Amino acid sequence: MGKSLFQKVWDAHTVGTIADGRTQLFIGTHLIHEVTSPQAFGMLRDLGLKVKFPQRTFATVDHIVPTIDQDAPQDPLAAEMMQALRKNADDFGVTYFDLASGKQGIVHVVGPEQGITQPGTTIACGDSHTATHGAFGAIAFGIGTTQVRDVLATQTLALEELKVRRIEVNGDLAPGVYAKDVILHIIRLLGAKGGIGYAYEYAGDVFDRMSMEERMTVCNMSIEGGARCGYVNPDAKTVAYLHGRPYVDMSDFSATAARWLSFASDADAHFDDIVRIDAADIEPTVTWGISPDHGISISENIPDPATAKTPLEKASIEEALAYMKLEAGTPIKGVKIDVAFIGSCTNGRISDFREVAKYIQGHKVAPGVQALVVPGSQIVAIQCEQEGLPEIFRAAGFEWRGAGCSMCLAMNPDKLVGDQLCASSSNRNFKGRQGSSTGRTILMSPVMVAAAAINGSVADAREVFTLEAAAAVA
Amino acid sequence: MALEPVPTVTGRAVFIPGADIDTDRIIPARFMKCVTFDGLGEFAFYDVRFDEHGVKTEHPLNDPRFAGASILVAGVNFGCGSSREHAPQSLRKYGFNGIIAESFAEIFYGNSTTLAMPCVMASPADIVAIRDAVEADPTTEITIDVTNLRVRSSGGLDIPVTMPESAREALLSGRWDPIQELLDNDSQIDAKAVELHYV
Repeated sequence: MGKSLFQKVWDAHTVGTIADGRTQLFIGTHLIHEVTSPQAFGMLRDLGLKVKFPQRTFATVDHIVPTIDQDAPQDPLAAEMMQALRKNADDFGVTYFDLASGKQGIVHVVGPEQGITQPGTTIACGDSHTATHGAFGAIAFGIGTTQVRDVLATQTLALEELKVRRIEVNGDLAPGVYAKDVILHIIRLLGAKGGIGYAYEYAGDVFDRMSMEERMTVCNMSIEGGARCGYVNPDAKTVAYLHGRPYVDMSDFSATAARWLSFASDADAHFDDIVRIDAADIEPTVTWGISPDHGISISENIPDPATAKTPLEKASIEEALAYMKLEAGTPIKGVKIDVAFIGSCTNGRISDFREVAKYIQGHKVAPGVQALVVPGSQIVAIQCEQEGLPEIFRAAGFEWRGAGCSMCLAMNPDKLVGDQLCASSSNRNFKGRQGSSTGRTILMSPVMVAAAAINGSVADAREVFTLEAAAAVA
Repeated sequence: MALEPVPTVTGRAVFIPGADIDTDRIIPARFMKCVTFDGLGEFAFYDVRFDEHGVKTEHPLNDPRFAGASILVAGVNFGCGSSREHAPQSLRKYGFNGIIAESFAEIFYGNSTTLAMPCVMASPADIVAIRDAVEADPTTEITIDVTNLRVRSSGGLDIPVTMPESAREALLSGRWDPIQELLDNDSQIDAKAVELHYV
């Protein structure tokens, strides 16, 4: 019996077993940001500990950074956190991609673009969307702040091994169906808690054909399905993406690439579970409720609690509809929106902005809708500028901002007000997620967000734009 | 570094209804603008305890009958979403010492165990039984018995619960914070770093 990528990486990184039975796992790369790291450095100071391998930790500022006047936050608490990260990086000798570096951005965008994210490695970060890096065939997962301390001090973590569920999606995605729709569909099918105890391996020809950036979109939302990590096996596209990136050792690249590819799951690997999905069943998908598994296709009606199979499901639908102020049994299409947000670690990469820019020319954001575009990193922003994308977005009535997490979690000034409804390319539709305790979120792909912004209401992008089938990207 | 073992926790309990209670609900992101965890207690469940005008809602944590409860009882997938340790930190500082739920999200679970806050899983029917018991008599004392994996009430409930063996062992042996054990394997860590070409 062969091994899965998860098993190979886990075995290779196992240092030993601690007394309670958990594995002590070596963490190859540690990524940190300003929100979940200051307390960990405080703990190090209290315990008199150093950072064991400072060269294996990389810092950036993303969660609280404003998207206008980025280096001068009006909020004194935000300024304090940015200063704390500067001091901690300096005191402990950690590389910091700060605002002046030209490399700052959302930690899950920065890692891959710097080539820090590599196949066959373990990656941890005090952020649940760390699974994004699984797109490269890394085992990458979110950790708490005490665990950030553990990685800083020892470059290891105490962890329970996960089971592996292989999710195979085969067939052709229809035009207008994006990576975001694939993962929203998977979460809808398997549930927000379906992945507890599992790593997800995404396999099948749909993922084979996806670009690295599309694979990142899928892996990013593994945690929304309850899976702490998710990955795609490395292939020629993975190798080509990493070739020549700043942190890739190019001295014997063919040997490096061969080692990376050797981590891919064996053909006869054991999986604890296998789920098969037909790509033809996936439609542009949007959420209607307050959990990422509250998904429906754009042509469906909002669920009716009367049709719920269990009392728990009925209560859950009722709670969600009451919060979302939506009516059971009515179409989701046509629900009026107030805000449109394109960005986040899920959909804030160059390919996302290129794809939207292809369709919005000649269109205008509907009156009364605020539409925000936030690139995932400074490098993405520069790339967009070189390609003239900000002008295209501005001409269509979108606001073009500086890089960061922004309205995905609204720790900076970009927030919903009152019960505003936001069409969002981000990853979570939890109550209050976008900065207002009554604010409402509908998750969807960036092109669907653009369609909603232009229509002023949730729309089928296939009806607003003339969409082409996604080209296979090298 | 032997810490205090946690064989049992006992206290009055409060039931918080709903599935998939996420960590944004437990501690809204705006309260994470801090460089220490001190003071997070008052913000636990803030946006469901207070409306947008700052007026108290009908949330169970505002119900005087459950004031001072130290055991939280919940449904499925408690603590899902963000990895923020601020969530269990805020519950701990609010005054909770243990959680009984149908199921937990993994990152939240690990974060809670590291704070010596036992989280045990009970069947849906048993969660209902505990809820009914504490709502009928909020002075009911609930004990989470980590040693024997039982939850008992002063009113006579005695139900089986589960938790991963590693978490149980860590709590019972006072090794819920693993830092010293991780540090002790320093030479093996160095060897692994070299073996895997990380240094």
